Amino acid sequence: MSEQVVDKRRRLFLTAAATAVTGVGAAYVAVPFIASMNPSDRAKAAGAPVEVDISKLELGQLIRVEWRGKPVWVLKRSEQSLAEIAEMTDILRDPDSNESEQPESCKNVGRSIKPEVFLAVGICTHLGCSPTYRPEVAPDDLGPAWKGGFFCPCHGSLFDLSGRVYAGVPAPLNLVVPPHEYVTETKILIGSSGGQA
Amino acid sequence: MSRMLKSALGWMDDRFPLSKVWNEHLAEYYAPKNFNWMYYFGSLAILVLVNQIITGIFLTINYKPDAKLAFDSVEYIMRDVEWGWLIRYMHSTGASAFFVVVYLHMFRGLVYGSFKKPRELVWTFGMIIYVALMAEAFMGYLLPWGQMSYWGAQVIVSLFGAIPYVGEDLALWLRGDYVISDATLNRFFAFHVIAIPLVLVILVFMHIVALHAVGSNNPEGIEIKKHKDDKGVPLDGIPFHPYYSVKDLVGVAVFMFIFALIIFYMPEMGGYFLEHANFVPADPLKTPEHIAPVWYFTPFYAILRAVPDKFLGVVAMAGAIFVLFLLPWLDRGVNKSIRYRGPVFKASIYAFCISFIGLGYFGMQPVTEVGTWFSRIFSLIYFAFFLLMPFYSNIGQDKYVPERVEEK
Repeated sequence: MSEQVVDKRRRLFLTAAATAVTGVGAAYVAVPFIASMNPSDRAKAAGAPVEVDISKLELGQLIRVEWRGKPVWVLKRSEQSLAEIAEMTDILRDPDSNESEQPESCKNVGRSIKPEVFLAVGICTHLGCSPTYRPEVAPDDLGPAWKGGFFCPCHGSLFDLSGRVYAGVPAPLNLVVPPHEYVTETKILIGSSGGQA
Repeated sequence: MSRMLKSALGWMDDRFPLSKVWNEHLAEYYAPKNFNWMYYFGSLAILVLVNQIITGIFLTINYKPDAKLAFDSVEYIMRDVEWGWLIRYMHSTGASAFFVVVYLHMFRGLVYGSFKKPRELVWTFGMIIYVALMAEAFMGYLLPWGQMSYWGAQVIVSLFGAIPYVGEDLALWLRGDYVISDATLNRFFAFHVIAIPLVLVILVFMHIVALHAVGSNNPEGIEIKKHKDDKGVPLDGIPFHPYYSVKDLVGVAVFMFIFALIIFYMPEMGGYFLEHANFVPADPLKTPEHIAPVWYFTPFYAILRAVPDKFLGVVAMAGAIFVLFLLPWLDRGVNKSIRYRGPVFKASIYAFCISFIGLGYFGMQPVTEVGTWFSRIFSLIYFAFFLLMPFYSNIGQDKYVPERVEEK
């Protein structure tokens, strides 16, 4: 035994091979553990469309509906608000909604199918707080230029009544408009866009 | 009797290095003889860790990690479980106490240069403990499932969403759902009660092993290992046990006195330890009017809010924590202790403290223009303190640093 010479190359090869095989094995074993933290099939299936009745919605009123665990706002806007929305493009970051998420049918100034009825996911595009609805004109805390809109209390982002983000606030994008369609004149199905994705 | 004990110890020592470990870390671990009151916070941090683990175990006996049951189970602990309120307040106040103790412990290290060579790894392990502690506290705050739990978690998890390309998927993976939900609560419970505490205990072990390998620093910043007697014992060192084990008991008594006062008379600390909005069950449809994290996160939260860009804000906030890791390599000062540092360094320490506390204050306040500007100025001072350190830290240091700890 003592006369045997250690074959260093062979020893190095065996060490490297054993380490590599164990490493690959460990990586494969890690996959199911990491994947188990993804949303489960039940969570993925929970996104069924939600129906909302707007027949009793009054002018200036905002109602909240839960869709996929998130608040969805349904707001009825006045003619005057719509006129003001059309004029305030210069203080907005993305007035034409080129970067934001909305169905093709809502890629207009009012960001809605029917101009007066506005739907949006009520989650700030900054860090996910739900902004407050501030319809009043020129309140003390928001300044004289305020024409009504949404204010995020967490980090001070501002949105107009079309959910379009102001320039110079932390939120990078306009509020998301969820896919939706009119089932009847006064019934909206949120989460469905009539056959389109 | 004592002979029997001795032979029992001998039997033990032949099979397990009991005396060896005892001597190495307590009876023959020589610490500098000139520790002052700022050296209490290391042992106090261990005390609070033990408090969190024990109260935490007893809370899990009655707590239910389920979005439908969690809020009520906490109220059940508070009202119906015998002494449940005390155990819960010990845990919730303990979280804040942990950060008080750890911040003072870090500050001690900062002013006496305890992070400098050869103690860089002691500092690094300590910083990893600090980050793990922040994760632990954040996940624990979701468990009562109140409004602040819910929306706080929503904001913090969304921070990961700001990372380009992978961010949204990463946030989704962390939540395990498209919103903060029962899935998130359940996994945060698992991390909070087992995964991170295990990591914390291992890190604390490494922190102490590293410290005992290089030896403790002291308020003079003198290396006591330079002067040893013929047995190899540092001339300015005294055995940790019984000298400091007994001294630390005094610190424990003072700490427990203050801790008990808070638990019994102001466990919510006027909304700073337990925020008012968290006494309302989580509502995914409505964010509270004013949301702020618990006080120990607010300096970093203020930095996040000071930057008017989503991704850069997250980068600045993460950078503010990361830059602390670099401290041992940013400081070029030859002398360790603030007692022998130059006036520029001393002034910088003051500026840093003011900016850190200022950021903490504005991080708690609602967004205002004035607050945002103050936060921006303080953020600049915070980063300048660290990033300019290589240039100013060696200016005007004292020429004379004593060789030995002088008798007083």
